[in-house]
Amino acid sequence: MGQGMRRIFSGLTIAAALALAGCGGGGTASRPDTAYQETLIQQLIDAKPGDVISIPAGVYAIDRGLSLEVDGVIIRGAGMDKTILTFKGQTAGAEGLLVNASNFTIEDLALEDAKGDALKVNEAENVIIRRVRAEWTGGPKTSNGAYGLYPVQVKNLLIEDSVAIGASDAGIYVGQSQNVVVRRNRAEFNVAGIEIENTQNADVYDNLATNNTGGILVFNMPNLKVPGFGTRIFRNRAVGNNTANFGRKGTAVASVPAGTGVIINSNDQVEIFDNDIGGNNTANVIVSSFFSAGYKAGEGASETFDPWPESIFVHGNRFSPGGGKPDGVELQALRVALFGLTGALPDVLWDGYVDKAKFVAGKPDPALAICVDNGAARVLNADLPNKAKNPKVVELRCKLPPLPAANVEFAGPIPTESRIPAAGKS
Amino acid sequence: MIRLFGLLLVLTLAACSPRALEPRFIDEGLPQDLADWGMVGVRDGRLILAEGAQAYELNTPLFTDYAGKLRTVWMPKGQAASWSDEEAFDFPVGTVITKTFFYRKAADGAVSPADGLKLSETGEGLDLSTIRLVETRILVRRTGGWVALPYVWDEKQRTATLKRTGQPIALTLARAGRSDRFTYQVPNVNQCSGCHATDHAAKALQPIGLKARHLDREVAVAGTGFNQLARLEAIGYLRGPPAQRPGGVDWLDEAQPLDARARAWLDINCAHCHSPTGPADTSGMYLTPAVSGPRLGLCKPPIAAGQGTGGFRYGIHPGKPDESILVYRTASLDPGAMMPELGRALVQDEAVDLLRRWVAAMPGGCG
Ligand code: HEC
Ligand code: HEC
Repeated sequence: MGQGMRRIFSGLTIAAALALAGCGGGGTASRPDTAYQETLIQQLIDAKPGDVISIPAGVYAIDRGLSLEVDGVIIRGAGMDKTILTFKGQTAGAEGLLVNASNFTIEDLALEDAKGDALKVNEAENVIIRRVRAEWTGGPKTSNGAYGLYPVQVKNLLIEDSVAIGASDAGIYVGQSQNVVVRRNRAEFNVAGIEIENTQNADVYDNLATNNTGGILVFNMPNLKVPGFGTRIFRNRAVGNNTANFGRKGTAVASVPAGTGVIINSNDQVEIFDNDIGGNNTANVIVSSFFSAGYKAGEGASETFDPWPESIFVHGNRFSPGGGKPDGVELQALRVALFGLTGALPDVLWDGYVDKAKFVAGKPDPALAICVDNGAARVLNADLPNKAKNPKVVELRCKLPPLPAANVEFAGPIPTESRIPAAGKS
Repeated sequence: MIRLFGLLLVLTLAACSPRALEPRFIDEGLPQDLADWGMVGVRDGRLILAEGAQAYELNTPLFTDYAGKLRTVWMPKGQAASWSDEEAFDFPVGTVITKTFFYRKAADGAVSPADGLKLSETGEGLDLSTIRLVETRILVRRTGGWVALPYVWDEKQRTATLKRTGQPIALTLARAGRSDRFTYQVPNVNQCSGCHATDHAAKALQPIGLKARHLDREVAVAGTGFNQLARLEAIGYLRGPPAQRPGGVDWLDEAQPLDARARAWLDINCAHCHSPTGPADTSGMYLTPAVSGPRLGLCKPPIAAGQGTGGFRYGIHPGKPDESILVYRTASLDPGAMMPELGRALVQDEAVDLLRRWVAAMPGGCG
């Protein structure tokens, strides 16, 4: 078996890379200060709980990965366009800033051009990332660092009013976490705009995901300690996510077809409602399993891994046209075969995998159903389990009970008024 | 007058017999001078060890840009560490461990590899006419836990000064037929935690190498051969080793099976992060002994490797070293991909070669 790019729906597709020129935002004009790095490293090392590390306005060149190990610290800049740490000349360190500490807040600064991840917070409680910009300033490139804002194994997390641009994996990536709120952020020109992975109880709302390969992703990966479930995606704009997939082959996101608005892969209990989703050329919503990323059942995955997306509820979204130019010749052929030369794939694309072992008295368990109860929106079952022999439009109209809100005390209640950031400026 | 006389006396004494090292436990603060600890010191052009600072080596060491390492462990009188089968021994408050990094001097200010030097060659100290000292790292066990302190040697090779923010040092490494310029990076103290906080939830530092399987080794110092575990017990530093020793594997020992050699190398170089409690547990790939299957990376899709996949689908693709992420990352120098993420600026070619042969010899395949 070769190392060909395998996209979700690769049962159908062999994706051809489209050359799409991207434009980043930001960019740093003035000559960076190289002396400040030593001061900052000293401050990070000497920090005591309760300290505020203030970084004044300015552009600072950092050539080594920074890290913080002390709980209860606030790192604060003068604004995401005023305090800029640039890692352009970074020679060591897998992150721009690595935080191994709890009760941590970072706000009002930018991390640019990190060699690996821009900001990673690994195993912590009570973390706030606010008005932080993580950006690769040369536009979308495979050589860009992987993740922009990357909290992993965090309990109680708020990411708000932040910006992520140009990540070669996910702009905002929440992994293996519990109790999460991601709101009012802008994710542009990343492979994955916002990705929630193996995470429990997350609310993703009032975000803008545009010009990514895939706008908002909810994934479960095998071999991890906890499966993800319980994500609500609402009041977001996931529009025009058509940037050619520039992810490194072998990463999970390299399997996401360009032109994906929202995609759920192998995750359970996901509710997608009240969003504006449109102009995504493959599909506004994709529901798929680990199998369609080209991995086989039982191989390379622990036995407890459940690859089937279950209890998925899509309702009350405002879909505008999408699916008109899906990624890859095979999906294109499918579009033409089923919907005609000028037709489009339906709003929801489903690979068709169901776990027959969970059937109750020979029938699918309604509690585990995929429900699309969204006005005129239609669903295409691509029939991948049967090698795509009989793809067809199916009716999945049903309802599931609403999911509870994520419980992050310091995020406060969900504001009644939706405020979604505008595209294209930091 | 008396003071002056006293000073003269000290000077005269120092001139005829070098001042002995006085090892001590310093229970708080940040001693600025390595000499404050009295564990190792320079006398008459040699790096010497204090009495009671027991030198040791490991069956398989961590790779650090081909630097040689001289390690010592010291405990206050009457104190001893207690045995553990798998984990680092439990050391008493007062324990001071040092690790001195050095190279051989080569022509034109370059250095050459010293990682091949055995305790039989270094255990009595280092001759500074042929050796260049770079840094000495200390782990000290205080009441609040282990504290990590990096000391950097000066150009004149007389003193080593605390440098908690770490330090880049430009070096040229000369090897047969090649010469590589690189930046040796003395880690900052937060980076010490990056590897030594082996229980990432607790965030407390731990020694890594002082485990039974790494120390169970026959060595010779000053012509006398001994087993290191037996020696530690004999000098009163170790309580409770079982009659049956665990054994261990030297990754360079060609008499050992390839699998055992590769696993020993992965154990010391990777497993402090890649364990169920380590900072790389987020990847779901564990490189601790006795792990197998997808957990070890076999046919395992990567979780958050980003650049680090190298374009490949599996951590280890049996039979295909050129398509295995684990091999790719060990051979990489890209900060966003390389493994370990910290602690090296060069590739250990011999280890990459070993891992390649190990993966190539694995039966089966993926997908
Ligand atoms: C890349 C990971 C890594 C980093 C960074 C690191 N260490 Fe270690 N350290 C190890 C490993 C692995 C061992 C055991 C293997 C060996 O000694 O060769 C070790 C051994 C030691 C020892 C000997 C006792 C023991 O743990 O076995 C001391 C002392 C030490 N380190 C101090 C430090 C200090 C101080 C720092 C920061 C300046 C530091 N280390 C940074 C990985 C690391
Ligand atoms: C200082 C901690 C640290 C050390 C030491 C370390 N790693 Fe990693 N490793 C990580 C982290 C964190 C990740 C997860 C993020 C990523 O993939 O970059 C990771 C991920 C990986 C992955 C991807 C696994 C997957 O399935 O997602 C491989 C392969 C890997 N490391 C190999 C190694 C090898 C081989 C060594 C030893 C030569 C090593 N690592 C040493 C921290 C470390």
